[in-house]
Amino acid sequence: MTSSFESKPRPKGFLSAVVHHATEVQTPAAKIYVYEAPVRIWHWFNALCIVLLVITGYLIGKPLPSVEGEASELFVFGYIRLIHFAAGQILAIALLFRIGWAIIGNHHAHQLFLPPLWSAKWWREVWHEVRWYTFLERTPKKYVGHNPLAQLAMFFLFLLPLLNAVATGFALYAEGAGTDSMWYTLFGWVFTVYGDSMHVHTVHRLTMWVIVCFSLIHIYVAIREDIMSRQSLVSTMISGWRYFKDDRE
Amino acid sequence: MSSPETFYDVFRQQGISRRSFNKFCSLTAASLGLGPSFAPRIAHAMETKRRTPVIWMNGLECTCCSESFIRSGHPLVSDVVLSMLSLDYSHVLMAAAGHQAEAALEETRTQHAGEYILAVEGNPPLNEDGMFCIVGGRPFLEQLKEMAAGAKAIVAWGSCASNGCVQAAKPNPTQATPIHKVIRDKPIIKVPGCPPIAEVMTGVLTYILTFDRLPPLDRLGRPEMFYGQRIHDKCYRRPHFDAGQFAEEWDDENSRKGYCLYKMGCRGPTTYNACSTVRWNEGVSFPIQSGHGCIGCSEENFWDNGPFYDRLAEVQTPLGVEANADKIGLTAAGVIGAGVAAHAAVSALTRVRNPNSGE
Repeated sequence: MTSSFESKPRPKGFLSAVVHHATEVQTPAAKIYVYEAPVRIWHWFNALCIVLLVITGYLIGKPLPSVEGEASELFVFGYIRLIHFAAGQILAIALLFRIGWAIIGNHHAHQLFLPPLWSAKWWREVWHEVRWYTFLERTPKKYVGHNPLAQLAMFFLFLLPLLNAVATGFALYAEGAGTDSMWYTLFGWVFTVYGDSMHVHTVHRLTMWVIVCFSLIHIYVAIREDIMSRQSLVSTMISGWRYFKDDRE
Repeated sequence: MSSPETFYDVFRQQGISRRSFNKFCSLTAASLGLGPSFAPRIAHAMETKRRTPVIWMNGLECTCCSESFIRSGHPLVSDVVLSMLSLDYSHVLMAAAGHQAEAALEETRTQHAGEYILAVEGNPPLNEDGMFCIVGGRPFLEQLKEMAAGAKAIVAWGSCASNGCVQAAKPNPTQATPIHKVIRDKPIIKVPGCPPIAEVMTGVLTYILTFDRLPPLDRLGRPEMFYGQRIHDKCYRRPHFDAGQFAEEWDDENSRKGYCLYKMGCRGPTTYNACSTVRWNEGVSFPIQSGHGCIGCSEENFWDNGPFYDRLAEVQTPLGVEANADKIGLTAAGVIGAGVAAHAAVSALTRVRNPNSGE
C-alpha cells in the first residue's frame, strides 16, 4: 500500500465540494480517511442520546405501573423526565456542534446536510442503489462517502425528523419552564406551526417513531453493506478509514 | 340606560355599605394578584368613573358562559359586577324583548360609538352566508360585524368565541369561526373555557374597567394572569405525577388514594387555565379534585384531540382507521422489522447463489 493512498485528503472548499458531489471512486484505492474524529464521536454520542431519549420518551407517554410509597419520598417519574430533558439538551448542543463541523470539517462532514437534490446524475445513482437493494443489480458502486440513497434517507428520515424532534421537544419543555421563560421565547413559535399543545405532543411522538424506524433500517443496512458491498461501513464510523475490497472501478 | 352616575353611586343606591364596598375592592385587588396598595386605586376608580356600556351578544353557543358568569364567586360580587357595567344588551339578563331589545342595541351603537365593550359569547357560522345563526331576523355575522365596528374592545367569552369549540369541531358543517378570524381590526381578549371560570370572567372585566386597558395578554390573546400556567403546573396531585403514582383505572385503589390522573388521559399538562388555583363554585373544587381528569376545555381543538381518556390523541389516518401515534409507530416499526428480516433472508440466499457478487 503506497503512502499516497493513506494521506488525508485536504479539506476542499465548501462550494466545490457541493458541485463535485459525485464521490464515486474514480481510481482504485485501498483506504481513504473519510470521517474525522468529531464526526465519529458525534455519531456514537448522538446514538447513545437517541437510545436514552426513545426509552425515557416512550415511558413518559406510557408510564410504568405505579410505585407504592409516600409521594414525598419518591421521584421516579421525575427522574425519567430528568434523563429525557438532559439527554435532549445534550443532543441539541451536540447537533449545533455537528452543524458547525459541517461548515469547517472536510467535505464528507456536510454530506448529511446537503443532498444534491437538483442533480440528475445523483438521482440516477439513487435509482441504481434502489435497484441494488431490490436485487436487480449484481454489483454495487463504490462510494467514499454515503451512497446517494443513504444520503437521501439520512436527510429526510433522520436529519429533518431529528430537527423536528428537537424543536417540538424544546417547545414542550418550554411549557413546563413557563411562558415567561427563555425557552418559550425561543420555541413558542412551534405552537403556531402545529396548533395546540396536544398536536405538538402527537407530532413529537410520531417523530420518535420515524427515528426508531430509521434506526432499524440504518443498523440493518450498515451491517448488510459491510458484508455485501465493496467497501467497509461499520468500522469506518469507528476508525474513520474507508477500506475497499477490490481495485475495480 | 346611559346614566351618568358612577359605580359607587350605583352601589350605594342598592344599599351596599361603604364597608362592603371596601371589602370588595380589597378582594378584587387580591384576586387579580395586585397587592393591598391597589385596593384604594380600585375604590377610587369606582367612585369617579362612569359605568362603561357593555353589549353582550350571543352567537352559536349554549349559554354556559352566561350561566357561569352569573355565579361569580361571592353573591355580592355578581350583584356588584352587574351594576358596575351598564349592561345595555344581553339576551339572558335583559328585561327587554323583541324590538325593544334590538332598539337598545342600536342606541348604544350610535350614542356610545367607540366607547362600549363588546362581549361576545359564541361565534358566527360563515357557511350559507351565516344563515345557521339568526338573531332578530338577521344573520348573527352581520350583527357582530356591525357592533364590532363601533366597539372599543372585544371580549371573546368562552371557547366558542375564542377557539370555535364543539360547533367548530370536525367536520364543522356550519363553518363556525372564532371571533378573531372574523374581526381583525379591534383589540380582542380571549377568555376560553367551556365555560370560563366565573371569577376569571368578572376579574377580566374589573381589570378593563379599573385600568381602562386590556390586561397583559399571552401570545394567543388570553389574559396572562389567568392563562399563564397550565392546570398541571399548580395541580395539587402534581407530587404523585413526579413520584410516578398514577390511577390505573377509575375505580382502583390508586384512584381512591387521589393519585395523578395522567394515565387516564388528564389534559392538565396541555391546558392553560386557572382551575387548579381559582377552582369552581366559590373555590369549592375543580374536575381533578372531584376525581375526573381535565378534558382541556379551554384549549384549541379540544373536541378533535380526543379521546378524553387517553394520553395520546387520535390521529387521522388515510383509510379512516382509528389510530394514535403509538399504534402508527408500532405498526410501522413492525412492518419495517419484518421487511428487514425478509430482505436479510433474500440477501443471504443471493450471496449463497452468487458468491462473487459485490466483491
